Amino acid sequence: MRLYVKIKKDFGSFILDTEFEADKEVLGILGESGCGKSMTLRCIAGVVTPDEGHIELDETVFFDSEKKINLKPQERHVGLLFQNYALFPNMNVVQNLRAALRGQKLGKEEQQKRVAEMMAKFYLQGLEHHKPSQLSGGQQQRVALARILLTRPKMLMLDEPFAALDEFLRWKLELELEDVLKEFGATTLFVSHNRDEIYRICDRVCVMNQGKSSEPVPVKELFTTPISREAAYLSGCKNFSDAAVAEKGEVMALDWGITLKCDTTGKEDSTSVGIRSHFIRPVTETEGLMRNVFSCRIERIIEDVFSYILIVSPKEGAQIRVDVSKEDWLEYREQVPGDEILIGIEEKDIMLLK
Amino acid sequence: MDWFPLYNSLRIAVISSVLVFFSGIFAAYYIAKLHPVVKGVLDVILTLPMVLPPTVVGYFILLLLGSKRPFGIWFYNTFGTKLVMNWYSGIFAATIVAFPLMYRTARGAFESFDETLSYSGQTLGLSNTYIFWKVRMPACRQGIMAGTVLAFARALGEYGATSMVAGYTPGKTATISTTVYQLWRTNDDLLAFKWVMVNIAISAVVLLAVNMLEKKNTAGKRSAG
Repeated sequence: MRLYVKIKKDFGSFILDTEFEADKEVLGILGESGCGKSMTLRCIAGVVTPDEGHIELDETVFFDSEKKINLKPQERHVGLLFQNYALFPNMNVVQNLRAALRGQKLGKEEQQKRVAEMMAKFYLQGLEHHKPSQLSGGQQQRVALARILLTRPKMLMLDEPFAALDEFLRWKLELELEDVLKEFGATTLFVSHNRDEIYRICDRVCVMNQGKSSEPVPVKELFTTPISREAAYLSGCKNFSDAAVAEKGEVMALDWGITLKCDTTGKEDSTSVGIRSHFIRPVTETEGLMRNVFSCRIERIIEDVFSYILIVSPKEGAQIRVDVSKEDWLEYREQVPGDEILIGIEEKDIMLLK
Repeated sequence: MDWFPLYNSLRIAVISSVLVFFSGIFAAYYIAKLHPVVKGVLDVILTLPMVLPPTVVGYFILLLLGSKRPFGIWFYNTFGTKLVMNWYSGIFAATIVAFPLMYRTARGAFESFDETLSYSGQTLGLSNTYIFWKVRMPACRQGIMAGTVLAFARALGEYGATSMVAGYTPGKTATISTTVYQLWRTNDDLLAFKWVMVNIAISAVVLLAVNMLEKKNTAGKRSAG
């Protein structure tokens, strides 16, 4: 066990109450903004003190409310990359990097050597005397990462590292960051509200909702077999209905007023059902092999970049979103809102949730 | 023309500005961290000298330091000199009256400071002292400078409390402002006018300095942007 966190803190608007462990891995924390992700990182770093709990890294206790242990942030040696990168605005790039070496008693030459190494590694040559305000978002992030790595932290925490960047830059920096994380090799926490980033970068993920976190699960599991409705929602699922398992192999989707046939073994106590929009497709009547085929009315047809988004509703039921690739839609292109259409769902794509 | 009042005014203003600079900044820094209720009470007390008539401030200073008061008596017996009616008595008056200006502007500057800068400094292992002087203070530089200049100007122009605490003794406690009043009172209009001009000149220089500093700052920002 590398990192163990179990903390509680009352913020008034919500209560942070989370518990998780992380090994030598990249653990993602997925949640919407304001759910307590950043606060969790700040508690681990020691700049915010939890009301109660225990934080431990590599057998060093950072915080224990019962034993009255609370190490200063300076004594914890963890790296925290802030969302706005928090570079010192009054210092240029080199001064920002040198500041990080103050804690280590190094000779002037050794200092210069390490700074120069980092400058080269993060493609910062030529920017030595630029102030943070003169740097692009991507350059700022590189300086901030370089500055953290100069302190040789025992673990790394990244708080929405790409949120402040435009989409074009985001992808480039994500590739760079993946290399950095691979080389770093120690425990890393990656906080984001973006499921795609989490899926690509993290090994495991825990979902945070209203200050409460779920048990970490391997990333792929969250997307294929999520357990809770929140987890499925954060993993990008768009269609949910309250549900009850009527009998073996049959689930009543109450909001949609339809009965779905699927494997219910071990999921008898499910309360919700979720279906990803791109796993639902329009079918023609001749497709008899599918067991879940329903007639719906088309409410709206929205053209997206690479697909059509259909909003359909079963008889007297809540709306369902269907994503159809442009190629597949060719066959149905005569359809207009108000028409009836048949939609089909594979049994394996029906997610039973709590 | 005897230049003593100019010299005396400047030394009082400089010394009280230095005192106010440090005390104002540290009060602003530490009070911001206190419980809201305590903060509110202290805030009122520390800002009062700004809104009270200077004579009321002078009254309180005399109440505390006057030569017939316990502390004044003790001080005279121990050091053989009085705390009031000396040139340095003006420092007490000027410091107390100028303090709220520094305190409030510094507090405003600290409140707009991005705390994540301080947090990131801490996680990088930097001492709180280093973060305060090398990150927080430079980031709040404009507000701090504005506060210092305002405090200096206020200390230089102090009249009410000073006249009560230090009085007017030519060559000993006279400041520009008390001199102008005395000269006017004794119908020496011409000399009073000369001192008025001196005062206007100093104020103009201070204001020019402020404007130039501000211009330099915005120019620096523009080239950085």
